[in-house]
This record gives sequence, structure tokens and C-alpha cells, in this order.
Amino acid sequence: MLAKIYVTPKRGVLDPQGKAVAQALHALGFAEVGDVRIGKYIEVRLEGAAGEEAAGRVREMCEKLLANQVIEDFRFETVDDGGKRS
Amino acid sequence: MKWGVLVFPGSNDDQDALWALSSVHRQEAIPLWHKDPDLRGVDAVVVPGGFSYGDYLRCGAMARFSPVMQSVRAFAAAGGIVLGMCNGFQILCEAGLLPGALVRNRSLTFVCKRVWLRVENDRTALTRCCREGERLQIPIKHGEGCYFADESTLRDLEARGQVLFRYVDAAGEATPEANPNGALRSIAGVMNASGNVFGMMPHPEHAVEAIVGGEDGRKLFQSLIEELEERAARGGGSRRRTTGRAT
Amino acid sequence: MSERPPVTVRTAEEHGLTAEEWEKIVSILGRPPTFEELGVFSAMWSEHCSYKSSRAHLKSLPTSALHVIQGPGENAGAVDIGDGLAAVFKIESHNHPSFIEPYQGAATGVGGILRDVFTMGARPIANLNSLRFGAIDHPRTPQLVKGVVAGIGGYGNCVGVATVGGEVYFDAGYDQNILVNAFTLGIARHERIFRAAASGVGNPVIYVGSRTGRDGIHGASMASAEFAEDSEEKRPTVQVGDPFTEKLLLEACLELMESDCLVAIQDMGAAGLTSSSVEMAGRGGLGIEIDLDRVPQREEGMSAYEILLSESQERMLLVAQAGREPDVKRIFDKWDLQAAVIGRVTDDGLFRARWHGEEAVRIPVQPVSMQAPLYRRPAEEPKNLNEMQELSLASLPEPRDCEEALKKLLGSPNLCSKRWVYEQYDSLVRGHTVIGPGSDAAVLRIKGSARGLAVTVDCNSRYCLLDPYVGAVIAVCEASRNLAVSGARPLGLSDCLNFGNPEKPPVMWQFQQAIAGIRDACLSLAIPVVSGNVSFYNDTDGRSIPPTPTIAMVGLIDDVSRCLAQGFRRAGDVIVLLGRSREELGGSEFLATIHGQVRGTPPWIDLGLEKRVQGFVRAAAADGWLRSAHDVSEGGVAVALAECCLASPDRLGARVDLEPSMRSDALLFGESQSRVLLSVDRQQWPRLRDRAQRDGVPAEAIGEVGSPHLEIGDWIDVPLDELAAIWDGALERALRVVA
Repeated sequence: MLAKIYVTPKRGVLDPQGKAVAQALHALGFAEVGDVRIGKYIEVRLEGAAGEEAAGRVREMCEKLLANQVIEDFRFETVDDGGKRS
Repeated sequence: MKWGVLVFPGSNDDQDALWALSSVHRQEAIPLWHKDPDLRGVDAVVVPGGFSYGDYLRCGAMARFSPVMQSVRAFAAAGGIVLGMCNGFQILCEAGLLPGALVRNRSLTFVCKRVWLRVENDRTALTRCCREGERLQIPIKHGEGCYFADESTLRDLEARGQVLFRYVDAAGEATPEANPNGALRSIAGVMNASGNVFGMMPHPEHAVEAIVGGEDGRKLFQSLIEELEERAARGGGSRRRTTGRAT
Repeated sequence: MSERPPVTVRTAEEHGLTAEEWEKIVSILGRPPTFEELGVFSAMWSEHCSYKSSRAHLKSLPTSALHVIQGPGENAGAVDIGDGLAAVFKIESHNHPSFIEPYQGAATGVGGILRDVFTMGARPIANLNSLRFGAIDHPRTPQLVKGVVAGIGGYGNCVGVATVGGEVYFDAGYDQNILVNAFTLGIARHERIFRAAASGVGNPVIYVGSRTGRDGIHGASMASAEFAEDSEEKRPTVQVGDPFTEKLLLEACLELMESDCLVAIQDMGAAGLTSSSVEMAGRGGLGIEIDLDRVPQREEGMSAYEILLSESQERMLLVAQAGREPDVKRIFDKWDLQAAVIGRVTDDGLFRARWHGEEAVRIPVQPVSMQAPLYRRPAEEPKNLNEMQELSLASLPEPRDCEEALKKLLGSPNLCSKRWVYEQYDSLVRGHTVIGPGSDAAVLRIKGSARGLAVTVDCNSRYCLLDPYVGAVIAVCEASRNLAVSGARPLGLSDCLNFGNPEKPPVMWQFQQAIAGIRDACLSLAIPVVSGNVSFYNDTDGRSIPPTPTIAMVGLIDDVSRCLAQGFRRAGDVIVLLGRSREELGGSEFLATIHGQVRGTPPWIDLGLEKRVQGFVRAAAADGWLRSAHDVSEGGVAVALAECCLASPDRLGARVDLEPSMRSDALLFGESQSRVLLSVDRQQWPRLRDRAQRDGVPAEAIGEVGSPHLEIGDWIDVPLDELAAIWDGALERALRVVA
């Protein structure tokens, strides 16, 4: 199983990096750009876990370490990648 | 008194904290290796600056799982004094020992310079040698020092006198220009509700000798030393809660 | 074994070797090399590793003195600083990688030089850097500056070594070839200085640090080739730095050095495992055999060739005492680092590498270094030199408004405050920094001693372009003068010689002239060269950089509490100008900024006077007679005075009068050498004047500290706040940094 985890800054938390990127995109002529938020994408390979159990474990990983819930939200999906290493 | 300075992989200012405590303040100060849960009977714990675990993932995120941190948690719960500076502050927030979080500087760049702090509460173990409203010049050096907490937390912090320091200008005003990282309400340091766990982004351990840039940080260490000595005199070293009286 | 490409003279040429060099390889081996062996030769005989174009000339530099513990040829140089301690230091270039990927290039440059110093057994206490970018309005410049500065900070801050000084210059000559020269200073105990000579047949060869990946394969060859337009395609070979691992490696190595299991240690830098093995065996006069299958690998399916030549960062090769492997492992385990025994020291004088049970490399070690190509390349004075050196002051109009000229200079990219740069560096960690960035030299205390060290990096490449001999003399003198105005006496220097393509006779001429200049200045001032680095091929599309022999110098202060900074300290003090001013503007910042010209001859320099001025300042500083001291350099006396005011802790101004003995522009902005601005207590001045007279040093009281203005004769009267606003924010404005 492969867990694809997305960690993003919570609404209301200033994201200076996102702000700078939005400004840069405007400068490049992408006038349609509104808000930009920058987060993290994390891949975790899971050995021998599946289904609900795997999802529960990934949620725990996010809560304990991968995201700081004072400032970050997270969401994730688990996909079966046949256990192969890319 | 006996002090323990935690050493994580990537701690950099551990040596400076040890130096400030032992060579300048003549305290007994020992390093405490992160893999060893034994606090070796110290009277106070310092969580030093640096880049624990490379600041990878988030600053301070991984250090809090070290064996030594489980002991620090118990030590703090029993009323023991814990001071986190810079990365140490980040670790204490990540560990939930202090409220809030430290996020990326608004400038997006690391910043190392001397700043002015205003003491917001002088009735704490860390600031008892200072006067409320007093200005201290102490260096900062961080890339992620922008203090963040939600509105209700901020309100509570202010109401309970848990805000220790704010960034101010030379005249003592908390202006946006004097705020080096975009910290909410210019907050530079806070304590927990019990008044025994302290965190600050500035580095008082880098302001204890005139030859390397000033002595304003001494007052903070002196405050803690007096507090510890008082506690020892009062109750044979018991770690009863003695500070943090609400304003 | 995977399919082996046939190895011919063509393959050798693709590796950057010549047909002649191919013949030499075949004769050394008595057969054509394997593909892996060819890789080894091409790396070891690259310009970067073999110094084949420069070796013959470098020999002329003075390298010895009583206090020199280690001269050139090791990972870094070392000089005695008393109390049983040594200062260990070196400067090195990371130019090409920084142009291709500024953040990682600069970061790994810092990582590499740190390893060079701590492999010697020294605890690094300070980093400096010398940076040169293209014109500030060149479209690529802002991104390059931001990337390089962030990379230096990102790495140095995380490793926990203070970055305490350096220089940043902008010049169109670097539009396509920026320079990133990184310097590290460390402190070691004499008896704990380690070298990279393998010894003890049978001793284990141990690999420590990060795993090996496909990073930077052929970085050494890349650093030895000209850029072309398509160099963007070389991006995949750029190494990525991991400062966290470096910090662990640093602590683990220093801990290992405190034990007695270590025999020799060498960083895996350019050409990785290959050069570290060959060099360790070569210096020890022995052989080394390694088993490539045992090398910790980060990627799957790596070939022997890739493992031999990978430039993955944060790796070291060491030789330990036989039987002590568990002790080595225990220390590296503590720091969560890999330590793998991959081979042993042999007595056959061969470098042998096995791969999947077969011998992939079998090369006699001595000939790789002893018979390395050595070229005395043809040199020829550049054809346009005479024309460039022509400058008729008469044809230059004198400025109508000198105050405007001063403002323009203070706001120019080369003279404005570099605060935006150095505030991104931790300049305080480990608590040595007495004087940090933004001054003539950084000053570091030595804990547990009254002594201190002063460090500076200097080069004016405009002078070097106009006259590489004089430019190099001035670079050495200015570095030494910067130490003198801090109160330090120089102990040694490390040079980073950045030049164009040495196969071009004019470049080779510049190189030879610069070496001669360094040599003569070093002999005159009695300063040994203890380490260094040559970076050739700083060319793009046939255009070479201005010759840039960067000088990094380290000096000793007996009583660090007496060290000096440039800022004025007290109102009422007398301002004194030492040295002689001449009517000269050749190669000056004034000429470039105000008139848009780079021409003329560099300032005149009299090494005798230089020596007297420096000795005088040092002695007066040691006796505590001075309040401040500042070297007069780019921008002349007017800019130097402004800097003394702007660096003043209380922002003290000055009222100055200069004898109008020459054109106003030369008087105010001329860059005559061997000049120093002092401030002294009024009571002290007569004594100082007499001493200057006795020592044969021209000294003149030119004004007084005080007033919130800078006033110079009838030419300039400007409030300091106004100058500060121009000087302080100019770089951010020019780089368009979003606040």
C-alpha cells in the first residue's frame, strides 16, 4: 500500500511562501491567480497493512508527527501499488 | 544549582547554553543526551537552540519523541523549570508543553540580528530580576520564529500574563517594523499556565558577556537561579508551583 | 558484469583527456584501461584534482615559517596560535555548481570546505565567503544572489558554524560565471591534527557518512571544462547537500579523533571514493584495496563506475587501527551514521577495486600522482591591456557635486551595506564572535585564552583585470591591512585563484602575473601561503572572468579585548589619516560608478610603506592608543569616513578638512593604497603623531568625531540619517526583494 498524504496550512494561518508565489505568478502575467497555499506532499509505503486498518494507522501518523494541528490540516488517500518500489 | 542541557542530533547552541550557565553564571551544568531518559537529578532543564533533526518535516517535530523528552514531560508536570530557546521553544510547542506554534518568518529568510524585547510580566521565574516594561537587547537567529496561536489562545495568554516578551523598537513600542518575523501580537516568548515552562525565540545565552555582544540575557538566567535557590531553601528542592501568578 | 563499453582513445577524449594523456595511461598500466580505470584517471588527472596547469607556478609561493604546522598539500593548512592550539583553514571554490543550481551549489561548497577542515581534527568556528555575481541589473543576478545566500545560510546555520564575514561584488564580467569561494577556520590541538596518509598494512579502510547515490558524477571534470549555452543540461549531476548529516558527521569524526583508533582520514570530495582512496594511499606510499559491493548505496543498480566517481556529499573515508573497528562503529552508531569496512591498506602500492567478485580497477598509485600531466602552458599579455590601462585624468570632468557622487557611491551595489546578506547567516553560534560581519575583518575569541583570531577575505578583481600582478599584490596587502586595523598580525593565507581557461595564453599570463604578485607581497610582509585552490575554466562562450585571486587571511591578536572595529566611538576624538594620497583614479569604484569606465592602472603600491603602516597600526592598537581603525579602500577617504560614521554604535558623524592638494575627485574618492583612518582620544594624538614620525608613517589629523552630519571641507555636508537610508537599503532595492 502507498499512502499519499497532503499537509496544508490551516485557513487563517499566514502562508508567506504562498503569498510570495502568488505575487510572482502575477508578475509573470497570470492575472487569474488568486490565493496560493503551499503545503507538503508525503508518500509513505506501508508493508503488509490494508484497508481500514491501514487508513487508521496513517491517520495516527499524521496526528502524531506528520502534521502539526495547531497550524496544519491533512488529508490522505491509500492506494494499492502492488508493493513495487518505484 | 544543577542544570541539564538537552542534546539532540542537530542541537547547535547546546554548547552556548552550557557555557553561559557554567562559565558565566558558575552553575553546575551538564549535557543530557537525547537517547538517555535519565535527567540525572537536575534542578532545571534547558532545551537549546539549533536544528534538531535538521529541522526536517517541521522545526522541533521529531525531537519531541526522544526518550529524554518523555522524562522532561514528567519533570515539567511535577513543576520543574524548563526553558526552551529558539529550537528549544519550537520543540516545547511541538511537544504540547507550550501553547501555539512557530511558523516561517514573514520575510521567508533566516534572520540573525540583535533585537529589543520588552518584558511583559516580571512576576515569573524567568523575569523576576527584570522590571515590567524593561527593554532587553538580545539576538535572534531563526527562519521559523513567527509565533502563531488561534485567537482564543492568544486572548487567554494575554489575560493570564503568559506572554513574557514582545519585540519592540528602541523606544519600547511594538511596531510592525520592530517585529522581525511577523509573530502575532509581536510575541517573542511565552510560558505555560503553571508558570514553570518557558519558551522564547531570542537567545539569552548569546547575551551574557560584553565582549561577544551584550549582557542583557544574564538577567533571565539570574532570575531562574534565584528562583531555584529560593525553592531549594524553602522546601528541600521540591518542585512546587511557585510562579505564574496571573496578572 | 554489465556490458562494458569498449575503451579507446575516443572514450578518453570524451572523458576530457588528451590523446597524449591516453598514451601515458596505457604505458603506466602496460595495457588499455578498463572503463572504470579510465574514469579514475580522468578524475585524478582533471585540472581540478591534478592542478596540471597550475602546479609548476604554485611552487614559487612561499609556504614556510616557524609557526606553520601544515602547508599546502593536505586537506587544509595549519598554523600555531599558542596555548598548544592551531588554526586550521582553507578557502575553496564552488563556482560552476553554484551557477547551475545556486542554492545547492553554494550549500555543498560550504559543506565541502567544512569537511576539509574537520578532517584535520579541527573544530570549525567560523565560515567566510567571497561572492561575485554579474551586473546587478542582469536578469539572472537577483535569483543567483538569493539562491547562493540562502544556500550558504541554509547549510552553515544548520551545521552550527557561524558565518562571520565575507565580500559580495557585482561586475558584468561575472554575468555567466559567478564565483562562490567558501572559507572555513577551525581550531585544533597540535597533537590532534590528523592527516590523510594511509599507514599500517592490513588496517581497515572504513566508509562513513551518507550513502552513495548518482550525485555529481564527473563534477571534477565539470569544474575543468568551459561552460557552453547547454550547461543547463548538466543539472542532474549537481549534488544535494544534507547539512544535518554533516553536523552528525562532524561530531562523530571529532569524537573519533579523541579516541586513539584513527590512523588517517580524508573527505570524499571531488571524484569521491576514487580520489580519497588514491590520495590516502599515495600520501602513505602504500596501496589500498576496496570492495565496491560493500559501499553503502542509496540507489539500486549502480555500476562500479558510478560508485567510484559519485560525488555524493557528507561522506568520509578513514583508516583505523586494525581490531578497533567495533570502536569506530560504536561512535558512528551513536550519531546514527553508517560506518562500513570496505577494504584495507596493502603494501603492493596498488589501488584495487573489486566489484561483484571481479577486479574492476588495478592501478599503481604513485604514477597516478607522480606522472600526472604537468603543463607549462603558453602565456601572453592580453592584446588590449595597454589600451585598457590608458586613463587621462585631464579628459575627465571633475564632479560638480561631490556630495551627489558620495551618495551615488554609497548606494552602489559594491559599496552599499550587505546587511541583507549577512543577516541571513547565523554569525553567533558557539559564541566566538567578537566582531561579526560588516567590518574590515571578523574577530573571534579563543575560549579559555586572552587571544583572538582575525579573519578576512579580499580581492579587487578590477585591479587584477587592469594589472594582475599589482592587483594580486594589493589583494594580499589589503587582507593584511584589514587584519592590522583589527589589531592582528597575519599568520598565513589561503588563496582561491579563480581564472578563465588556462589554455588561452592571455589567461595563463594573468595567472602567472597574479602568482608573482602574491609571492612578492607574501615575501615582503612575511606571510606564508598554507593552503589554497585553483579554479580555472571560468569561461562562457569564450569570455573569461576578470582574474580573481581571492585571498583569505588569518591573524592573531594577543589580547582580544584590545581588538578594533571601524565605527567611531566617541565625540571629540581626533580623526587621523595614515599613509600617502596620490592623484589617481585608475580602476576605482568612482570611475566605474560615476563615469562607467573600467580603465587605467590600479593604485600605486609601495610595499615598504605598506609594511610600516600596518606595523604602526598594530602596535598602537596593542598599546590601547586607538579608538577605531578602518582601511581606506574602494570609494576612497570619503566612503571610508562615511563607513566609520555608519558603523558607529552611536551613529557619530564627523567634521573633516582635507588639504585641497589635488583634484577633488581623486582627493575624496581616489583609492591610494596603504592608507588607514584612525580615531584617537585628543590627549593621545601628540604621542601618536610623534610615534608615526619616528616610524616613518605619514600621519595627519584631518578632523573630529561628532555632529550628526558627515562634513568634508566645502564639498560634503550631509546628515547621517540620509546617508544611512541610502546605504542600508540599497541592496534590497536593487535585488527587488519583496519585503
